[in-house]
Amino acid sequence: MDLQDLQTRLNLFLDHAATTFQKVPGSAVLIRYVRSSYQNDPVRSAIELVLVIFFIRYLLSPSYSTSKVNYVKLTEDEIDELVEEWTPEPLVAPLTPLEETSLEKLPILVGPSGPKSKLSTGKTVTNLASYNFYNLNANEQIKEKAIATLRTYGVGPCGPPQFYGTQDVHMKAEADIASYLGTEKCIVYAQAFSAISSVIPAFCKRGDVIVADRAVNYSIRRGLEISRSNIRWYNHNDFEDLEQVMRGVVAEQKKKGKLTRRFIVTEGLFETCGDMNNLPKLVELKEKYKFRIILDETWSFGVLGRTGRGLTEHQNVDPTQIDMIVGSLAGPLCAGGGFCAGDGDVVEHQRIAAAAYTFSAALPAMLAMTASESLNVLQSNPEILAGCRENVRLLRGQLAEGRSEWVVCTSAAENPVQLLVLREEVVRARRLELEDQERLLQECVDEALANGVLITRLKGMSISTHNSLKDGSWIVQPALKVCVTSGLSKKDIEKAGQTIRHAITKVMTKKGNNKLNLPAA
Amino acid sequence: MPRKLTNPFSTSSMPQSERAGERRASHSKGNRLVGFFSSKAKEQSHSQQQSSVSSPSAMSLPTISLSAAAAGEQHLDEPPTTLFEPPSADEARKEERAASQFGPLLHPTHRHVSQSFGQPLETPIEDEPPYYFVLTTYLSYLILIFCGHIRDFFGKRFGNKKHYQTLKAQNGYAPLNDDFDNFYVRRLKLRLDDCFARPTTGVPGRFITLMDRKSDDFNRTYKFTGTYTQTLNMSSYNYLGFAQSDGPCADAVEECVRKYGLSSASPRADSGTNDLAVEVEREVAQFVGKPAAMVFSMGFVTNAGSFPALVSKGCLILSDELNHASIRIGARLSGAVIRSFKHNDIGDLEAKLREAISQGQPRTHRPWKKILVAVEGLYSMEGTMVDLPGVLALKKKYKFFLYVDEAHSIGALGPRGRGVCDYFGVDPAEIDILMGTLTKSFGANGGYVAAEKHIIDKLRSTNAATLLGESPAPSVLMQILASLRIITGELAPGQGEERLQRIAFNSRYLRLGLKRLGYIVYGHDDSPIIPIMLYHPAKIAAFSHEMLKRKISVVVVGYPATPLISSRARFCVSSAHNKEDLDRVLAACDEVGDIIQIKYSTGLAGGAEPLPEGVTPEMEKEWRKANGLEGVIKPPRWKLEDVLARGVQDAKVPLR
Ligand SMILES: Cc1ncc(COP(=O)(O)O)c(C=O)c1O
Repeated sequence: MDLQDLQTRLNLFLDHAATTFQKVPGSAVLIRYVRSSYQNDPVRSAIELVLVIFFIRYLLSPSYSTSKVNYVKLTEDEIDELVEEWTPEPLVAPLTPLEETSLEKLPILVGPSGPKSKLSTGKTVTNLASYNFYNLNANEQIKEKAIATLRTYGVGPCGPPQFYGTQDVHMKAEADIASYLGTEKCIVYAQAFSAISSVIPAFCKRGDVIVADRAVNYSIRRGLEISRSNIRWYNHNDFEDLEQVMRGVVAEQKKKGKLTRRFIVTEGLFETCGDMNNLPKLVELKEKYKFRIILDETWSFGVLGRTGRGLTEHQNVDPTQIDMIVGSLAGPLCAGGGFCAGDGDVVEHQRIAAAAYTFSAALPAMLAMTASESLNVLQSNPEILAGCRENVRLLRGQLAEGRSEWVVCTSAAENPVQLLVLREEVVRARRLELEDQERLLQECVDEALANGVLITRLKGMSISTHNSLKDGSWIVQPALKVCVTSGLSKKDIEKAGQTIRHAITKVMTKKGNNKLNLPAA
Repeated sequence: MPRKLTNPFSTSSMPQSERAGERRASHSKGNRLVGFFSSKAKEQSHSQQQSSVSSPSAMSLPTISLSAAAAGEQHLDEPPTTLFEPPSADEARKEERAASQFGPLLHPTHRHVSQSFGQPLETPIEDEPPYYFVLTTYLSYLILIFCGHIRDFFGKRFGNKKHYQTLKAQNGYAPLNDDFDNFYVRRLKLRLDDCFARPTTGVPGRFITLMDRKSDDFNRTYKFTGTYTQTLNMSSYNYLGFAQSDGPCADAVEECVRKYGLSSASPRADSGTNDLAVEVEREVAQFVGKPAAMVFSMGFVTNAGSFPALVSKGCLILSDELNHASIRIGARLSGAVIRSFKHNDIGDLEAKLREAISQGQPRTHRPWKKILVAVEGLYSMEGTMVDLPGVLALKKKYKFFLYVDEAHSIGALGPRGRGVCDYFGVDPAEIDILMGTLTKSFGANGGYVAAEKHIIDKLRSTNAATLLGESPAPSVLMQILASLRIITGELAPGQGEERLQRIAFNSRYLRLGLKRLGYIVYGHDDSPIIPIMLYHPAKIAAFSHEMLKRKISVVVVGYPATPLISSRARFCVSSAHNKEDLDRVLAACDEVGDIIQIKYSTGLAGGAEPLPEGVTPEMEKEWRKANGLEGVIKPPRWKLEDVLARGVQDAKVPLR
């Protein structure tokens, strides 16, 4: 029979193999070992066999450690000597003079942050340095809601969302934001600053292509860096350049016959220059070249549009055409945390893949409830937004549109965060380096504060220009940051605008500041 | 919502109540915030005097068990004279509510001081299950993967389009999720999805209320049934039991919201720095024993932002292989070279250091600018503590900088709750950067970094999260401040100490009990994180469900959060638990352990029978020799009654 035939052949083969094996030196020891271990514990032998196979495979696999290539063999004594000799640099560098003054001058508020805030110096100042655009921080209705939440939930949720940290208030906040924006779903992060840095790497992996605006903010840059994707840059708000880059990417992938995920990453209102994006154009390009859009609405959510829904409302774009909308609940809403809204799939994927969501505790219930309630207030009283816009207009009347011979305003007319940069001709004529500009602007901030108006300047230039992202170099222009609030009367706003303008003029014409900044010898 | 202001101070049965009252009064160091508490402080000493009249010493009268009220704040509403009257319905409800957030202490002996016994920290023995279980675990995964692929094969062709939508290229877009990356989620996690992210409501205190849900489509979607289940909370990082909606913390927070509103509405570097933040930073620094500190609105970003501010290109980060994701992300953002060493393995760390210093930077062989070693105080998945004395011994020789993430250890370890330094009796000055989170022990949110003043000053100017991220909300700051003051005994004297000692006792008691029942338990004895090993993927869900049936919430974790094989369940012990709760856990584990066969332990790692009368641990070796018991290890499978009967006394001596 066939089967028998096979069996005998197999036996023959095994016999043959055994005799050859026994001829190998040392084989007897091995056989004895296997036999005895098999008697004791057959399972163990099986596992050991598997281990041996693994071991052999491991040995045969190429060593992937490249650092060993130029490894220098040293004796223990030599190593000890080297250890002895090695002196590390100090953990941190000393403060630079600008850092030192900024720290010294850092305003400390006593009591609540409001349109008029009391400082630790005892002075009460007009606060144009906070994102409390609608003064919701003083809203009693919201406070009561928050306190009621405190009395049922305590403060911290004491755990990450995946481990019993998801509370019904979080789900409510998510549902409220999604329905407010008009997206399918939404996910709430515990901090706005880390939301987008987590959203990007949750979707963009090695090999994917991201096309990003050169002016994107630092949070986005962090996300891009962590993602390890292939990053292409386009000039700030330059849609021709964007189209060219996109076309290039598509052509390249077509040639290679490889389709990867492709994303456009940009902002609604830009943090570093204050200007506005053009969503209809962006959506048109996206559809044409099949990219997904990750839109950071941190500065436009709760700000633009009739009811504050953000850029999509302002420019009449269907929010479902934007794949991911990321925003902040900590800004004008005066709550805390951030969110990402989009399709169900997009949101659910983040719950397991976004590091800042899975590896961090959930947002305190009080703040989630505050976010819901703030949205409710905004939705039911859109006139709050109108009040703030009117104040922006008034302030711009004092500072923008050629009112100052020293600065220009780069922000969009609808943006409550008005950024003032030194005029190009001033910078050129005085040969101001970035650092000089920062120093001058810090003086303007100090001068304004001395006259009772608290403003600030764009911070974080040093870190946002440093990064390992190649070719993403974008010099953030140092700027004064003036944040409008509806909590101030028209008169106050105009007066504050005037004060700021005069402060700038005073600093710029001060002796010592108006000299040409000639290069040293 | 008009609410009767509760007296935030418990009748604190602490023996030193009188003395504490005095201390409180003399404590007004011109502190602005004391105003928040001062009016109550008067009331407090008043009520304490009275209560000490009515019950002279709770310590000598344990049966009255006034200490039960020590941390449950509610009791104090009633004048002390009513102590012996039956409480009104309203009072009773309030009391019950307080007890559901913070359990009353049942007996004064259920306390212990969390402190190193003085010996060097030994790596805990990791017991292993019989090969049979290892093999079947691999087999389970193989079967799961195999079936998963088959289901994928047919599903993609004939299945519901919607479920596979994100995996396929669609009208010119590449799939949103990698088929391969997503496989685990789709085919393994989905099956146990109902064990994760269970929605809750109310305070995550001693008990936690789950919102019941069911799924008709194999965990793809859930429907809420509208009912709630109150379960014993073994899952939250509520180490010191500060998750409370009443009591001194909540009262302070309420006042704070009324005064400050809900937000600082600005980054710290702009106008988000207020007097509360400054105060919290000062107190945190003082608490951890460093000259300066800074706080952040999120623990995750504290790490993710601090590493880039400390190290850069040309530096080396040596990171424990089990460090938290936030450390890994921060390290990656910094641009420094990252190498990892074996978990808590000082020998490996030294080898890596010697190699790094002697070889210099890759390729160029230039010396490293600096080397930063990053470790965690207490590892949240393993329950192991860092071998701090071991690391510090190397630090002197190898001149590296040390960054300790105390996310889980701050508050939870040490006789004064000040983390691993306190536990080992190490001077905090020996560690360069002490980082921690305020999310866990303090019941708040956020994180801190404490260090020398010049380091903090530099960090303030270079840490992105301070410059650009939102500042912590005033309410959260107040929660930190109030809980810190309770821990230090400044506020509600005695309560802090009780909390610290209860968590220390609870941790040891539960750990010992589980070992005796026959579980493989990971981690060090004093760790309030107690992981027990499940191995099989199917047992992850089974354990979670069985415990839920017994109204206990547990966290279960499997691959990819742990190595493929070592799926586990994790208990987080809290001061809010009392012995009754832990006994409930032990009883449940006893039953469930038999049902799903997870009593794997071989006895290597503890749970042994007690030594007979008259044999001390020092004599154990001889005694074993004399009785021919050398090298004999019996798998511990204690009966529940014995575990409960001996637990209290045995938990307070070195565990065996
Ligand atoms: C070691 C470690 N560091 C940092 C964090 C993050 O803290 P948070 O939850 O406050 O963001 C965690 C939280 O799980 C942690 O375990």
